Amino acid sequence: MNGVGNANAGVGRAASQVHRFLNEVWRLQPLYVSLYAILLSFVVGGVLISIIGVNPFTAYWALLRGMVGGGDQIAGSLARSVPFIGSALALAFAFRAGLFNIGAEGQLLAGGVTAAFVGALSWMSDLPGIVAIPLILIAGTMGGAIWGGIPGVLRAKTGAHEVISTIMLNSLVLFGVRWMVNSRDPVVLRDTDSTVPRTDPISDTAVLPELVDSQPTLHVGLFALVGICFVVAFVLNRTTFGFEVGTVGLNPHASHYAGINVNRVIVASMAVSGSFAGLAAASEISGTNGFFQPGTFFLMGFDGIAIALLARTNPVAIIAAALLWGSMLSGAPLMQQEADVSIDVVRIIQAMVLLFVAADAIVRYLFRVRELDQSPFKAKSIEGAV
Amino acid sequence: MLEVEGITKTFPGVVANDNVSLTLNQGEIHCLLGENGAGKSTLMNMVFGLYRPDSGTIRVRGEEVHFEDSGEAISRGIGMVHQHFQLIPVFSVAENIILGNEITKGAFLDLDTARRQVDALAERYGLAVDPDAIVGDLSVGEQQRVELVKALFRDADILILDEPTAVLTPGEVDDFFEVVESLTGQGKSIIFITHKLREVLAVADRITVLRAGQVVGTTTAETATQQSLANLMVGRDVVFRVEKAEPDPGKSVIRVEDLRVTDDRGVETVSGFDVEVRAGEIFGIAGVEGNGQRELVETICGMRPAIGGRVEMLGQDTTGWSPRKIHELGVAHVPENRSKHGVVAQYSIADNLVLNRYNHRKFSQRGVRNTAAINAEAKELVERFDVRTPGVEAAIDTLSGGNQQKVIVARELTGDLRALVVAQPTRGLDVGSIEFIHRKIIELRDQGVAVLLVSAELDEILSLSDRIGVLYRGRLAGTVEAAEATREELGLLMATGAQS
Ligand SMILES: Nc1ncnc2c1ncn2[C@@H]1O[C@H](COP(=O)(O)OP(=O)(O)OP(=O)(O)O)[C@@H](O)[C@H]1O
Ligand SMILES: [Mg+2]
Repeated sequence: MNGVGNANAGVGRAASQVHRFLNEVWRLQPLYVSLYAILLSFVVGGVLISIIGVNPFTAYWALLRGMVGGGDQIAGSLARSVPFIGSALALAFAFRAGLFNIGAEGQLLAGGVTAAFVGALSWMSDLPGIVAIPLILIAGTMGGAIWGGIPGVLRAKTGAHEVISTIMLNSLVLFGVRWMVNSRDPVVLRDTDSTVPRTDPISDTAVLPELVDSQPTLHVGLFALVGICFVVAFVLNRTTFGFEVGTVGLNPHASHYAGINVNRVIVASMAVSGSFAGLAAASEISGTNGFFQPGTFFLMGFDGIAIALLARTNPVAIIAAALLWGSMLSGAPLMQQEADVSIDVVRIIQAMVLLFVAADAIVRYLFRVRELDQSPFKAKSIEGAV
Repeated sequence: MLEVEGITKTFPGVVANDNVSLTLNQGEIHCLLGENGAGKSTLMNMVFGLYRPDSGTIRVRGEEVHFEDSGEAISRGIGMVHQHFQLIPVFSVAENIILGNEITKGAFLDLDTARRQVDALAERYGLAVDPDAIVGDLSVGEQQRVELVKALFRDADILILDEPTAVLTPGEVDDFFEVVESLTGQGKSIIFITHKLREVLAVADRITVLRAGQVVGTTTAETATQQSLANLMVGRDVVFRVEKAEPDPGKSVIRVEDLRVTDDRGVETVSGFDVEVRAGEIFGIAGVEGNGQRELVETICGMRPAIGGRVEMLGQDTTGWSPRKIHELGVAHVPENRSKHGVVAQYSIADNLVLNRYNHRKFSQRGVRNTAAINAEAKELVERFDVRTPGVEAAIDTLSGGNQQKVIVARELTGDLRALVVAQPTRGLDVGSIEFIHRKIIELRDQGVAVLLVSAELDEILSLSDRIGVLYRGRLAGTVEAAEATREELGLLMATGAQS
């Protein structure tokens, strides 16, 4: 017997006890890999931190306090997490239809810029909040839906793969909004009174009520996005439309046979998917920023991919995964301040989480997790005839 | 060569194998028979290392083995061709064959050597395959040969063949048996699973019959008859040819005129096809597979566009209609390709039973699915069609192949039907289930449903149809009254497209 084998057997035994507990209490079986991936990433991250000469416990303690150490920290963590819920839902919803929407980054920008434009229209200030707020949110949602719907249409009509087209559309909107916001001649969306490139501030009536005056602002968009996660779970699991989406995702040929309009489902799923990113962006514009700056949403869409995969595309688990993700980013500065460990270490840990979730065989071997279902992001084996 | 002793294997809610014993001698063809769900595939999956038995022992060449995975079984010289093929459609034949056992030259695949070895094997056993063809382009029979070569390529001398002939045309079956004979001639030992008793009697040395997970008898091909085997399998008397009354055809229900359709590669495979099926009759379409059957059926059911001609159903021009609209007219369709079109493998039995009716008022109110109603319907259908399962909420891919087929047939044969388009309805079913399904189809005919039956089984065509048409190169080569048709006449029509 070699040492590694023994140690692994020990881990395996302990793990099976933990499994039983977790399963009885929370029915977490499908998420084991994710939980262990997080654990493993922190362990490896700890090794990294000690290599640079810092006690990992000191660093993690500071990180933890930065995340949830007090009212301000908790509010800040929550606020940081809100938009991630939307961008992760964007991936998760399309995933059910068998589509890999990696365009949340662009859909956020499209939604954000639309929301900011509508929010700054002069007549918005004449409207009561109860009208103006829904309007700005709907505008952002539509912006995201259209930007998500385009690759859906391209896929349905021409067969263009959504991974390629969403990447293209990401660049298109990124450079598009940059120009619109930067340009002084002609002035497109730039607020000419401002020294930094940004859009005109939105009307006061279109500002989402804040919950806590934190950094960043925690606004009621939190409830909207958390609520939507439950709605999405219901739609996917209980409704006829959800059944169509799932059927198309699992077997488009059988869907066609069963009378489902596959192309319509693809377009609808992509649009719905993009609308979540659009809504997330609009609620940030309305509740936190008050104007649009392209940099605000930098990496938010790509983080959404990681979060959705960590939650194994389960909409309710996305809430937890987004909270973890956002609060780690929110807590990192305290770790840097107190333990002198760069914020980038948190980024590295997050990248490892994604890596371990994707390469789940490593985790399954180490922690003796049985394969429950097909991993949602590995190639499916293809069956032959009959 | 192989001894299986006292094997028991349970799945949640089912005992798939109950104290099963079996021996395979060198150079023998041993047939494994049994009803759908009797446990044949499960037993073989254990021999091949895919499942582990709960108890019992497996010995290979006298040596006890405990396989952890199929790799270990392969290294002991066991090869298996599965009921559902395991090939990668976008890879070439040679690539598929060496997959998992790659021959390399440095860091590169040595496909040349692979090709040469494949050719050598093919020659030695009379298995014609083109190493450079893309698997997805091959016919089912050719894919089958690729699976066989793949097993032989790994030096298997115990071969397990799980329903290899279910998907073959009669001609391909003959070729296949020649290959099998040449294999045993060279000392290979074969376990052969099939539901076709005629084949069993033709090739088997010994026969073992399973029923509900238990061995109910072992016999030899000399002493058995089709009837004795069938009775042993099912545990009751089986009728091979269902009695039916004279047809009483009514109005025209399906009318196809000068239909032209292309296949996935753009080749015109249906070219000027005409047929008329009336209410209360069964029109059988015989023909060698690949003569346009698939495209014809798919076009009639709205799944594939026509490039010319028209389809009329119940007096309406339905050319170009969507599958849903046609289904809503009361046209049911049992698809030829079970796993591609017929089921969603990850869905429960219940969801598969309402796959094309999930949106009906009964199963969905205001856009919300009524799970209770769906499950109730599923329970009733499972009962009525004798689907062997512990519960309707189990995933459909836990069912045996034949039971999956029964789910599809159950789904399609219920409801308010006016027309029924069935392709290979009894593929993979045991004799008892075939009898049952045939009775159901005739019952529907007697209620005035128009039935268009496409089948590669001449026996099925002959025993069900009222009129028979032969499809040859995309056209109707001839129509005969079933009462006057003979196997010989149909065979000639199928092969040459000309009446004698
Ligand atoms: N993975 C599984 N999980 C649960 N039950 C299973 C599983 N595989 C097989 N079974 C059950 O075990 C029984 C035997 O199935 P098996 O596939 O061995 O039947 P079979 O004899 O090959 O039938 P067929 O002729 O239809 O292919 C069936 O009741 C089936 O539902
Ligand atoms: Mg089987």
